[in-house]
Amino acid sequence: MSKVKVAVLGSGNIGTDLMIKLGRSEFLELTAVIGIDPQSDGLRRARELGYAGVDTGIDGFLADPTLKADIVFDATSAKAHLYNAKVLKEAGIKVIDMTPAAVGPYVCAAVNTDEHLDKDNINLITCGGQATIPMVHAVNRVAPVEYAEIVATIASLSAGPGTRANIDEFTETTSRAIAEVGGAKKGKAIMILNPAEPPIMMRDTVYTLVEEGKMDEEAIRKSIADMEKVVQAFVPGYRLRTEPIFEGNKVTIFLEVEGAGDYLPVYAGNLDIMTSAGVKIAEAFAKKLLTKETV
Amino acid sequence: MTNERDILITEVALRDGSHAINHQYTVDQVLNIAKALNDANVPFIEVSHGDGLAGSSLQYGRSRTNEMELIEAAVSVADKSKIAVLLLPGIGTLHELKEAANLGAKMARIATHVTEADVAPQHIAYAKELGMETVGFLMMNHMAPVAKLVEQAKLMESYGADTVYVVDSAGYLLPDQVRERIRALKQSIGVNVGFHGHNNLSLAMANTLAAIEEGATRIDGSVRCLGAGAGNTQTEVLVAVCERMGIKTGVDLYKMMDLAEDIVAPILQVPQEITKDSLTLGYAGVYSSFALHAKRAAAKFGVDSRDILIELGKRKVVGGQEDMIVEVAAEIAKNKPKTVLV
Repeated sequence: MSKVKVAVLGSGNIGTDLMIKLGRSEFLELTAVIGIDPQSDGLRRARELGYAGVDTGIDGFLADPTLKADIVFDATSAKAHLYNAKVLKEAGIKVIDMTPAAVGPYVCAAVNTDEHLDKDNINLITCGGQATIPMVHAVNRVAPVEYAEIVATIASLSAGPGTRANIDEFTETTSRAIAEVGGAKKGKAIMILNPAEPPIMMRDTVYTLVEEGKMDEEAIRKSIADMEKVVQAFVPGYRLRTEPIFEGNKVTIFLEVEGAGDYLPVYAGNLDIMTSAGVKIAEAFAKKLLTKETV
Repeated sequence: MTNERDILITEVALRDGSHAINHQYTVDQVLNIAKALNDANVPFIEVSHGDGLAGSSLQYGRSRTNEMELIEAAVSVADKSKIAVLLLPGIGTLHELKEAANLGAKMARIATHVTEADVAPQHIAYAKELGMETVGFLMMNHMAPVAKLVEQAKLMESYGADTVYVVDSAGYLLPDQVRERIRALKQSIGVNVGFHGHNNLSLAMANTLAAIEEGATRIDGSVRCLGAGAGNTQTEVLVAVCERMGIKTGVDLYKMMDLAEDIVAPILQVPQEITKDSLTLGYAGVYSSFALHAKRAAAKFGVDSRDILIELGKRKVVGGQEDMIVEVAAEIAKNKPKTVLV
């Protein structure tokens, strides 16, 4: 079966983890990893694994007629993405944006991938968003959510300089997407870094307040359990830490995300859920493209 | 005025004290307290949700009154005192900082866990741009060794903090440990050094005096101990003690005593004492605002609140992780041996 060609832009932690995950995909064929630092560990690994390691950035990639991609993952930075988005659009290449730039619509892999398969640029929100918005949606689809609040606690070691320098973008982007994608009328997000050794696994708490008179404990429990399975299908280490707690019109959901341990350690579930979501969405794109070809 | 004072006190009852009253401040209460603090000549008055700007949440407790209204109220009656705000990156953002500055807040205290200073540079830089005085507020200080504290304090200084605080959020530090920390900072950074204590082990005053002796010049206090856990260094008592020691605070003792007795005491739902819960915070090294949450969770799940706090201490939870309290309470309840009825 033919595969859809993809490239990874950014040779840091996220880019390298993506590279390993893409190596296992039935629908995607990684052609190149693109960076700007010839010395980077990510590019060296890419070449070792037989992929093209481009160290002249997106321009170098686009200028090389031997390199092709239908989809590019952008794992650089919000600032760099603005340029990358422009040149990739001109080149007619779809972009999965893992930065907080949000040029395209927010996509949460477990919730609204199918709505945006026709877009040329989609944004992956944040790690906290990928982990918690499925649960906001799970409650909202059976009991309208007036307000949802999420608290993402991650190991200090798994928050790189980009996350740290842009922590406001995390809270603001996640808050907006809780409402836009999760369906809550209003959203709020909080991020906490915990430096404990050994590093803690990503943990997320989701609080939802449902509309007065709309609480349906049984339906909500079932919806949450169903959603847990949906996410587990592409992030096996995603799980409820304990039973949801119901109090009046409030539902509290406790989650934990254990990573697959590909390039990043298992505690970095926050990074794993981003790369896993990126691959899942790219596969959805790919299936659509491949179907078109065969028709 | 400033040069007549040996130390500059920041009154935190309208921020840290918010924890002790479940974030229920009204505009009138803030007007009355801020006016009295201004009359007593307290240099800085901090006003925010207990967890800083934008802290109003299901996680920490929702504010009865929008904190911006409270900041505005405090500014309106403070013609001498400056209004300060607290901001924890990850909770509050530049957006709220700007709003507070526009309302007249003059000092931004940017708070991070003691090892995570590098989430603060953009907030400190922006506060500077807004013309505010800046503080790097290193919380849960006891959780890092002194060398790490020094490294993080240097980062805060490099971002533009005018003052770096040792914040004993758990009220865990002993006087000698405070002495060692303040001394290390005085030797390694060029900006002001401050101290924020909690009285969970009845050591807030002793720790504060140790800090002042080592050269800390920015000191936090809460009138009538109106702060999280057992409260902070009691401001009116600190003023009296400093006067006895010849340390000039510039604050009017009688006016502070009257404020404590006549305005603040009636606001307290229960007097601020060292209860078994607040003592456990200091003993186990747990963030002081967890006390009331643990008490509620203990009642809900039928477990001992001390067991919850001790377990949280073991798991090295940091400030802001209030969601762990209910989870740990539920776990303890689940694992508790069932009472056998005969």
